[in-house]
Amino acid sequence: MILSNTEEVPGRAIREFYGVVTGSTVRSKHFGKDLLAGLKNFIGGELKAYTELLQEARQEAIERMIEQAKALGANAVVNIRFATSSVAQGAAELFAYGTAVRVD
Amino acid sequence: MVETLLQLAVPAFLLGLGYVAGTMAEQSHYKSLRVRELRLRRLPTTNLRRPPAHWRVESAALVAGSTVVSVDYFKRFLAQLHGFVGGRVRSYESLLDRARRESVLRMKEEAVTGGFDAVINVRLESSNISSPLTNARGTVGVEVLAFGTALKLAR
Repeated sequence: MILSNTEEVPGRAIREFYGVVTGSTVRSKHFGKDLLAGLKNFIGGELKAYTELLQEARQEAIERMIEQAKALGANAVVNIRFATSSVAQGAAELFAYGTAVRVD
Repeated sequence: MVETLLQLAVPAFLLGLGYVAGTMAEQSHYKSLRVRELRLRRLPTTNLRRPPAHWRVESAALVAGSTVVSVDYFKRFLAQLHGFVGGRVRSYESLLDRARRESVLRMKEEAVTGGFDAVINVRLESSNISSPLTNARGTVGVEVLAFGTALKLAR
């Protein structure tokens, strides 16, 4: 599966459009990690636990989007966008969407 | 008396800790940023949506890098003081600057590791992250996400 955030896959022509595909996941933070991050808050700097958590979540959202695209018979997803929204305190939704297409 | 002293000592200790540890972390981070940016400067990166017409593209893939950062206690205190007078809050500027540069670097590192030659259509996004535990003071941190399309070019 080719993924791209450009409107087309550079160097390849789009043969067919299958429409928008989406993937999302809602994650909340592990209590221990949260506590550590709270301590880290005094010192500042990168909160690695959160970085990892969001990366994993985003990867999962992308994978769900890919599954949808595969089911439609696409071999690429173009114009991918991400959105993050906090559903409740301590939980966030990671959302990925794009257009499933078939390219050469 | 002892109680008042204790009440003052804890924030003072945290301020000192935030200042010392925060400044050290910031300086070493800026050092590492400069070194890695120099190493990766040959990788063309652009926010243009299409590659230049003369590039012969072999393959494309999505690359991304993200960082969650938080301010230290001292900087937060400074920013609260700033809140009274307004104006530039330099301590927060440097925090976001670090997060953005780090995210772009991670994205570029992913592109280089994958054997790509350029990254186009780079986008930067940031979002607030809040936590149930640390929410008393608002946000825990900011996430900065950098993503783009990495290209492999025909030689």
